[in-house]
Amino acid sequence: MSIDRETVEHVARLARLALSEDEREHLREQLSAILEHINVISEADTSQVAASANILPMTNVMAVDTSRPSCAPDTLLANAPAREDGYFRVRAVMDEE
Amino acid sequence: MTTAEATAATDYELVIGLEVHSQLLTASKMFCRCPADYANAAPNTHCCPICMGFPGVLPVINEQAVDFMIMTALALHCEIPDFSKFDRKNYFYPDLPKGYQISQYDRPLSHDGYLTIHLNGAEKRIGITRVHLEEDTGRLAHLDGGGDRYSLVDLNRAGTPLMEIVSEPDMRSPEEARLYMEKLRSILVYLGVSSGKMEEAALRCDANVSVRPRGQAEFGVKTEIKNMNSFRAVERALTYEAQRQIEELKAGRRIVQSTRGWIEDRGITVLQRVKENSDDYRYFPEPDLPPLVVSREWVARLQAQLPELPDAARERFERDYGLSTYDAEQLTAERAMADYFEAAVKAGKASDTHARAKAVANWTLGDLRRLLNTASLDISVSTITPAGLAELLDLMDAGTISGKQAKDVLEKAFASGAAPSAVVAAEGISQLSDTGELESIVDAVIAENPKAVDDFRAGKSSAVQFLMGQVMKRTKGRARPDVVTPLLQSKLSQA
Repeated sequence: MSIDRETVEHVARLARLALSEDEREHLREQLSAILEHINVISEADTSQVAASANILPMTNVMAVDTSRPSCAPDTLLANAPAREDGYFRVRAVMDEE
Repeated sequence: MTTAEATAATDYELVIGLEVHSQLLTASKMFCRCPADYANAAPNTHCCPICMGFPGVLPVINEQAVDFMIMTALALHCEIPDFSKFDRKNYFYPDLPKGYQISQYDRPLSHDGYLTIHLNGAEKRIGITRVHLEEDTGRLAHLDGGGDRYSLVDLNRAGTPLMEIVSEPDMRSPEEARLYMEKLRSILVYLGVSSGKMEEAALRCDANVSVRPRGQAEFGVKTEIKNMNSFRAVERALTYEAQRQIEELKAGRRIVQSTRGWIEDRGITVLQRVKENSDDYRYFPEPDLPPLVVSREWVARLQAQLPELPDAARERFERDYGLSTYDAEQLTAERAMADYFEAAVKAGKASDTHARAKAVANWTLGDLRRLLNTASLDISVSTITPAGLAELLDLMDAGTISGKQAKDVLEKAFASGAAPSAVVAAEGISQLSDTGELESIVDAVIAENPKAVDDFRAGKSSAVQFLMGQVMKRTKGRARPDVVTPLLQSKLSQA
């Protein structure tokens, strides 16, 4: 199975990646190879295996609803590219969504 | 609506489905133990590396949030499957620090239920497609600093529990949509899982709306309406949008599948985003959260914890207190109001429970509710306690004060917070019931109004009411009508 350029561009847009012409072709080939490998895996007989959404042998891992003090905002915002009055500051996003 | 518009509207059928999001009253967030209550908190002070989406952290499901959601699903008659899981919904927006929202995609915690609304005396079931759990987003403030437009991000709300309740497209009028919202809110508040406050966005509503020629089986193209922040806004926005779509169709234009925002002060919806192709969120199972296996014992335990819900309370109020359906529905719409009513009925000395219940209902839904609304107070913090209202009604029943005086006492007690008996004592409010004193007043009134007496003899029964009015005037409304009426009758027949 091979992936076309349109799919590469769509996935790049969803991931907010700006790709050059060369990168698009390069990634198209790589993604196609990955999908081909998945096709190989798909040939394995799984008719006797239950479907799973998670590889961990665990279920119902939950915590009791007790709140704990949060972290210091200064620590959390230490690596923020821009901040203002305790907020993260980002470029305008009004036009998006 | 003009006649032409009304005619046009009846040619089309409106189809509405609602997507409701409710915050849950947990102590901590959905996947970390930061405090969930962010009201009045300084920005980014209720956050940790988990809810801020730092790399390498491990979220853990809040058990109380799951319990609250399953209780809601049970109250909405949903099926609770054995297996459920969380998924990542991927999209980029600064209010979502991880780049994805943890939500539920193909295996929600519940599906296929219903909610009953009452419309013009008839019951109607609105299907519930599913109820699932997810996390709320952060909040953005959009600023314009001298041409420099930017946004500020506060992640206190990010990661707080959010429950999504999706209805089937079963509603056929804006009124039905409002009734659905009101009933759903009522149920959530009865369950104690949500504050139900739409004005604080603790409860949010988006609507899918389409119109189709009456009789057509397939649905028309729908629009999604956002930003409706009150029950009234839901009804107004849907009324506007239905009319807009009908006008578009009648003008020969097509409805464009899109998201539109309700602008409250202008009373219109405006285009926000056209959906060219379906959203591509690339859902996949959340690898950090093991799935949930919901045992039947777990479901049974939560079923047993369900409190009495509004419909059951309404039926019980009709049965046990002899109330009308209307009164019972009004009283049970709010759990706090229903609790207040019952406490007030039980606190009183009246021997006739039904009569007292009717009186409590009248005062609670009438004068007291008016006072509370004017003061913007919730009944749970009313300065007139249930015992205080019972005392007021006991004073009326004992004949100490009249109904008119009681209204006055209620207002004074409400304003000052004093007990009604204290107001009566302090203001010297009382009824005049001394027969001797009233008799002389009645004699004087009869002597001064010969024309009314003649009218009475001529068979005009309204003459008695006129004379009663004169007695009230002289006594400044203090005379007890049940003492004065027989006095007047006997004096008039003797005269």
